[in-house]
Amino acid sequence: MSQRIVSIWFQHLLTDWKIRRQPDLKQVPFVLAMQERNRRVVKAVSKTAQLQGIYVNMVVADCKAIMPELLVLDYDPYQSQKLLLALAEWCMRYTPHVTLDMPEGLLLDASGCTHLWGGEENYLHVIIKRFNGFGYAVHAAMANTAATAWAVCRFGNDANPIIRSGEETQALSPLPPAALQLDALVLDRLEKLGLTTITSFMTMPRTALRRRFGQSLLTKLDKALGAEMELLEPLRPIVPYQERLASMEPICTAIGIEIALKTLLETLCQRLNHESKGLRKCELRCYRIDGNIQKIEIGTNSPSRHAAHLFKLFENHISQIEPALGIEFFVLDAAIVEDLAATQDALWAIGSASEKAITELQDRLVGKIGAQDIQCYVPEEHHWPERSVKQMPSLVKEPLIPWRANLPRPSHLLLTPELIEVSVPMPDYPPLLFIHKGIHYQIKKADGPERIEQEWWEQNGLYRDYYCVEDEKGERYWLFRSGDYNKTVPKWFIHGFFS
Amino acid sequence: MKKIADKLVIEQLQQRIMSMQGNSKPSEQQLPVGLGQLETAFPGKVFPRAAIHEFMSVSSQQAACTSGFISVILGKLMQHNGICIWISTKPRRALFPPALTGFGVEPHRILFVDTGKPRQTLWALEEALKCNAVTAVVGELNELDFNESRRLQLAVEQSRVTGFIHRFRPKNTGAVACVSRWKITSLPSITPDGLPGIGFPRWHVELLKVKNGMPCEWQVEWCSKLGLKYIIQTDHLINASKTA
Repeated sequence: MSQRIVSIWFQHLLTDWKIRRQPDLKQVPFVLAMQERNRRVVKAVSKTAQLQGIYVNMVVADCKAIMPELLVLDYDPYQSQKLLLALAEWCMRYTPHVTLDMPEGLLLDASGCTHLWGGEENYLHVIIKRFNGFGYAVHAAMANTAATAWAVCRFGNDANPIIRSGEETQALSPLPPAALQLDALVLDRLEKLGLTTITSFMTMPRTALRRRFGQSLLTKLDKALGAEMELLEPLRPIVPYQERLASMEPICTAIGIEIALKTLLETLCQRLNHESKGLRKCELRCYRIDGNIQKIEIGTNSPSRHAAHLFKLFENHISQIEPALGIEFFVLDAAIVEDLAATQDALWAIGSASEKAITELQDRLVGKIGAQDIQCYVPEEHHWPERSVKQMPSLVKEPLIPWRANLPRPSHLLLTPELIEVSVPMPDYPPLLFIHKGIHYQIKKADGPERIEQEWWEQNGLYRDYYCVEDEKGERYWLFRSGDYNKTVPKWFIHGFFS
Repeated sequence: MKKIADKLVIEQLQQRIMSMQGNSKPSEQQLPVGLGQLETAFPGKVFPRAAIHEFMSVSSQQAACTSGFISVILGKLMQHNGICIWISTKPRRALFPPALTGFGVEPHRILFVDTGKPRQTLWALEEALKCNAVTAVVGELNELDFNESRRLQLAVEQSRVTGFIHRFRPKNTGAVACVSRWKITSLPSITPDGLPGIGFPRWHVELLKVKNGMPCEWQVEWCSKLGLKYIIQTDHLINASKTA
């Protein structure tokens, strides 16, 4: 995909800013001037003053001659940069990639951003409208290259600010050579030769142009037409959470890998700490000298930036790395990073510290054993015993519904009920004896039945009548009869052991 | 005068031996756990918290009783928002969490870990026992040798976590470095006034071995409202003297 660059030009950046600060200046023609070699020189002109024929680099005395009522204010050479920085920060809402274009412009890399504002026309329109609303007179243009956008923005037609891909030549042709940001010397020479538009020299042989005007003209032209890449340095670099470490000699011992990992983790955690972040997933890639890449990965249950803890998680996997002839380069990549508020462990109550210790323990267990084998249980609103608990991946503060304690439930529940043979005096009575795995159990006492119906919306089948029974030794069992005696002989099962 | 001096020396020696064996001085420990008479069998008449307790069971029924009895102690230990880690070796973890409410334990405060191999269970046990944010750790495994139990005991001496090892059908019942060895079997329940149905669970609790304490036996009844009720207590020593 081609790049789309927006160039914004603030025509009266400093004076507009002054007016914004002091609204009554709006009607008054004024200039900003600075002392330069024994005279005051105009550095910025307000719109009203410009209409009177006052321009930049005039001497204040001359201006006063044209316009005695002209207001002269002090010019601060650092003001424009400060202002542009603030404006660039503000422009981050339109694209994450904003570049300063000194002295009075901004460059926005809008690739892939415009559709969020409903197309390129609307995108530009919104930006211009917002700036006009602030009181800044702006011109903006969009093109595939920064140089073309810059040229069209300053010298082009405001009615047609969007240059489609492939239309650069056509857009640049009518513009004056100054639109290419050439040196004053080259501009002078072009002027002298009567080359007043870009089209007049664009088609000339390159060798002739190079001989007459130097390489710089060709480079500028190439950049404008997209033949040469122009790199824009973003104001806020988009840096991934990644740390790299090159080793002087190939590393092939576990201790070497551990040292490398510790160093990487410490720098990464420092950065995470600085940005109030914690990592959830982290990968160590080891680049071997034979071109092979060895990877190990860890995950945490909650965002963490505790280097020692993360190292422990990695430690279990270090043995999986095959260094072979040696590892020359390590990359530590935090793939998933989440916000983690800075904690002041010393000041907070023990609660949070112990919670942290528990999560760290859980991370270690998950790292070694696997997440599927570590769980916590909360109650579910089902009577059916197998469905009465729900697995949770980690500890919960308080379950949504309370645990039921009013019904007898066995301490040990069999995963699947096991078939037993029984002798029952009459229907709906508990059995007198039962045989489980070839052993006879004589029942002395019994409680029940507790009928648990099938949940028809979950599954079809027979209901269960549960009995708690106790044999002569005092051992207790949870038995149930599946269905009733009406049509067929029902089956009996053992489902658990009471304490 | 000399007698008193001797007694002092012997007491000091006893203290030193106890601390070497991993039993902290009774004065260091806090209040009794709240198990009543049961605690009198231990040194200082306090149930040792920073220690490993070993339970043995040979049948599924006994295992269920043992789980119940462990849960009773857990209920006492976890009263102040404690967290428990319950580690078992696959495929055997029969515990049904909702039943724990009957023993005064909130099941959602327990983290269950199921490992594939006994070695992993031991590793997880040691990791959990080293974490001092945990109140208690229950481990279900079959075999435990002296060295392994020593490692676990050393871990709890640092972290002050209570450990319970529940050994189901162990092949080897040799000496281990645990503070105590228990065996729990069921007793027929008794309903008041001969009412039909099942009464509260009753257990025969045998404290087979205890470091610096008195091996003892009790018959107890558990009621979720009233707690542990002691019916009969018999000291092994008294039994032994009677038979002699």
